[in-house]
Amino acid sequence: MDVQAAKMIGAGLAVFGLLGVGIGIGNIFSSLIQAISRNPESKSQVLPIGLLGFALTEAVAIFALVIAFLILFL
Amino acid sequence: MSSVVLPNPLHQFEVKEIFHLELMGIDISFTNVSFYMLLTSFCIIFFMFLGLYKTKLVPGRFQAVCEASFEFVEKMIRENTGEKGKSFLPFVFALFFFILLGNIIGMIPYAYTFTSQIIVTFCLAMLVFIVVTSVGLLRHGLHFLKLFVPKGLPVLLYPLVIFIEVLSYLSRPVTLSVRLFANMMAGHTILKVFAGFSVIMGAYFGIAPAIFTTLLMGFEFLVAILQAYVFAVLTCIYLHDALYLH
Repeated sequence: MDVQAAKMIGAGLAVFGLLGVGIGIGNIFSSLIQAISRNPESKSQVLPIGLLGFALTEAVAIFALVIAFLILFL
Repeated sequence: MSSVVLPNPLHQFEVKEIFHLELMGIDISFTNVSFYMLLTSFCIIFFMFLGLYKTKLVPGRFQAVCEASFEFVEKMIRENTGEKGKSFLPFVFALFFFILLGNIIGMIPYAYTFTSQIIVTFCLAMLVFIVVTSVGLLRHGLHFLKLFVPKGLPVLLYPLVIFIEVLSYLSRPVTLSVRLFANMMAGHTILKVFAGFSVIMGAYFGIAPAIFTTLLMGFEFLVAILQAYVFAVLTCIYLHDALYLH
């Protein structure tokens, strides 16, 4: 196989981690919506925790993306 | 395959020398990274000075901004570290605003994002790690090692759990630095990649990636602020661990 083609396939495979991240972020926001809709007064307390969880989960996606970029462009 | 070659999107992270310096054989040249770090520090000091050199009881605009940012960090420490963490306010404040302004200044077109260099974020994370560890050791002495042993655990599990806890403690600077670095680097690379698409696709179809780039720009501002916040909050949580030992 051509090295360039192998690189592109590898980069595509590297972002498979986004599957789990998508599920994770969906989970976080669904629980956030449930928590806020059940107790609207808790919004100011729950929202920062939710955003923190979002940022931490999103970081995993970014790790996968960085690997893909490194394979593609370096 | 198309014959058009995409411009390398990693080109923007190149470190350029502004003037050459050498100290005992070690290259300590002044680069564009150092320049933007100095610029960021200067901006923070300048705005704080502008807001606080003549304080009034009823704050003006700049003073109100300074007080609001001060209160924001103070609230963050109060909620995540507790009362004992109040003495770390200057540390967390400086850390948060250094990273925040670095990320935001990097969003200006043609500006350099120094947080997209792993060595910069690793130094910041290592600083946090050293401060947290020395605070824990100074406050608790050898009792600090209790941090690695959760309460109410059967003795049989001790070797395994201590191994995992020590490993996760030692990997803190790595995860802390890589999270910030990877977010900034990936964000700027994506912006460049989509900008490159819009060049390739020509005048009519190129509008779609251009619109998407604009949307991404807004998302990148969210990420820039959120990552600075995450860095500061995690610092607070680590300080909480060191001050209270679980």
